[in-house]
Amino acid sequence: MITLVHVQILSAALFSIGLYGVLARRSAVLILLAIELMLNAVNVNLIGIAAFTDPNKYLGQIIAIFVITVAAAEVGLALAIILRLYRNKGTTNVDQLNLMKW
Amino acid sequence: MTQLVLFYVAGAFALGGAVGVVGTRNIVHAALFLLVALLGVAGVYLLLFADFLALVQVLLYGGAIVIVVLFALMLTRLQDFSGTMENKQWPIAALAAAGLFLVVSVAIARGRGAAFTERTGPTMKQLGENLFTFWAIPFEVASVLLLVALIGAIVIARSGEGER
Repeated sequence: MITLVHVQILSAALFSIGLYGVLARRSAVLILLAIELMLNAVNVNLIGIAAFTDPNKYLGQIIAIFVITVAAAEVGLALAIILRLYRNKGTTNVDQLNLMKW
Repeated sequence: MTQLVLFYVAGAFALGGAVGVVGTRNIVHAALFLLVALLGVAGVYLLLFADFLALVQVLLYGGAIVIVVLFALMLTRLQDFSGTMENKQWPIAALAAAGLFLVVSVAIARGRGAAFTERTGPTMKQLGENLFTFWAIPFEVASVLLLVALIGAIVIARSGEGER
């Protein structure tokens, strides 16, 4: 049967894959998609803990609702920034977006 | 037993979609792989008695976020990304991700997680009551956050008068 360990290992795997995506991709849109993966991994963990250990309070599910809300707001803003960057600099290659580098 | 099989199927969708997001060469394919991964995660939510969250996941992620990303990709030229998809540091990134997964799995395996086998979940009525009474203030703050993000996105993404 499903135990909490299964759900948490799935969450850790999704988070690690998202982390690889954030660190190793060059396009800003791909980094954004990998960030969404990490947020979903966190949600899986929260909901798993709420399902297995939290009768009558469901704290994990409510926090997961807020995480989804913040993720939606963040995607909208991040895409606006990426579009603006693409308009100004002509590229979304994060290796070339180094205006704030020393 | 069938629930374990269903969990593995949903987990396979989620992990397969995730590997597709970080591994594919085509940006539009990556957005579609993300959709597959998020639908797999919604399947996991259904198995965890989080039916409202599964609904919200499919609606918001599948129906709004991935659609917005696809719009942004299709209506601009963001999908024509020249150059390789991977950084020069992708081996170190793979090592870091694998190391993190190893450390966290060891921590999970040593924890008390295997003792929990019974799952419960709220009815939508209980969740709604909880959300709108005890969690009313964070709920309103989340609405203000969405408003601010919307206004910010419009202000950032439109062309100003000085740019034409």
